[in-house]
Amino acid sequence: MEFLRPSTWDEALAAKAEYPSAVPIAGGTDVMVELNFDRHRPEALIDLNRVPELHTWEIDDDVVRLGASVPYTRIIDHLTDRLPGLSLAAHTVGSPQIRNRGSVGGNLGAASPAGDAHPALLASGGRVEVASVRGTRMIPIDDFYLGVKRNALEEDELILAVHIPSATAPQQFSKIGTRNAMVIAVCSFGIGLHPETGTVRTGIGSAAPTPRRATDAEEFIAAELADAGLWASRGELAASTAQRFGELVAQAASPIDDVRGSAAYRRHALSVMARRTLTWTWNEYRTAGRAAA
Amino acid sequence: MRITFTCNGRLTEADGVWEGESLLYVLRERVGLPGSKNACEQGECGSCTVYLDGDPVCSCLVAAGQVQGREVRTVEGLADGDELDPVQQAFVEAGAVQCGFCTPGLLVQTHDLLERQAQPSDAEIREALSGNLCRCTGYEKIMDAVRLAAARRAESAERVN
Repeated sequence: MEFLRPSTWDEALAAKAEYPSAVPIAGGTDVMVELNFDRHRPEALIDLNRVPELHTWEIDDDVVRLGASVPYTRIIDHLTDRLPGLSLAAHTVGSPQIRNRGSVGGNLGAASPAGDAHPALLASGGRVEVASVRGTRMIPIDDFYLGVKRNALEEDELILAVHIPSATAPQQFSKIGTRNAMVIAVCSFGIGLHPETGTVRTGIGSAAPTPRRATDAEEFIAAELADAGLWASRGELAASTAQRFGELVAQAASPIDDVRGSAAYRRHALSVMARRTLTWTWNEYRTAGRAAA
Repeated sequence: MRITFTCNGRLTEADGVWEGESLLYVLRERVGLPGSKNACEQGECGSCTVYLDGDPVCSCLVAAGQVQGREVRTVEGLADGDELDPVQQAFVEAGAVQCGFCTPGLLVQTHDLLERQAQPSDAEIREALSGNLCRCTGYEKIMDAVRLAAARRAESAERVN
């Protein structure tokens, strides 16, 4: 096995081009488990810890360009106001030790349907900046997840950053597990209100082959809010509307029975999380409106 | 491969390191520091917690090659010569140690907590230690130890002032 230590982004891309089967390693919280248990013996490891731009973020025109290796701890400490949904999801990742190493780039690279960042990214929207020696391209987050642990990266590409719009309204994240810490999601749900476009975006985790949005639920709630003029009036949301939204989210999932939970439980839990998080975010949006008035 | 890093303030070298090896393995098997414990090898238990460039991490999840030129502080680096760190002393006095396997990780993690938050609430202690599993104590004595260590640190800070 080779251990490659690029110190610049260009060197990292050159290494990936030369060793397409090489596994990039940053925080190591997924990759090292595979190695420790001898499940995987890659031809080479590419250590990304020495590439400075992966560990920084920039805020530009209301978009956060988040370096792929920025640890979850730093997202929580520095970006909660701009990326509240992602920050809530980050709080639920592993333990403090894991959050000091794990990053959104790792979640995206692994593309596990259970990755905690995915529902938050789907709910806020955004683009993944990937690059190879051939050039750079932006992949919309909606097109990034292709299958169980499969993403849209070509074999010579690495993830440089994620571009996430700053929140303009409340976001939430909810996750089911047997305890608070060190839990792989049984299922999870992210939601973001987008008053500027009159839309509500969603993300379902751990209840389908890939993280996915609940588009029928999104269209339903957008129409309900528009028809009643609720974005402007900041009026109350009917309980029956939140209930229906939850049902539609559950229908959008295609969960399986596995060791962490049954498909039926996952569907039920999703409907409850969706109903609750919609109600929380909407009530927060109403309160913010009153405070501003 | 060969790796060189600073460990507990000393320049440390390890030879013949396999490229897929963990920092934990290097510490325990190559440089004679078996304080960090090997239990789960998947970041679930916290027994191998060490500082890496000042942040507590699971050393089983750090590739050995990643520590080249970096700074590591293990449980062996907490005491000042024969004098235990206040966190270690508190664990002894509170009876927070039974089989002792989880203790090194808990000591490093508690040490970091008190560096960042001198007077943590119980909720903050539980959150900080949520990645460290103990199968003996039921955690109550560990909570006592962290509170005792925090109180001692506050006392000694007052004395200095």
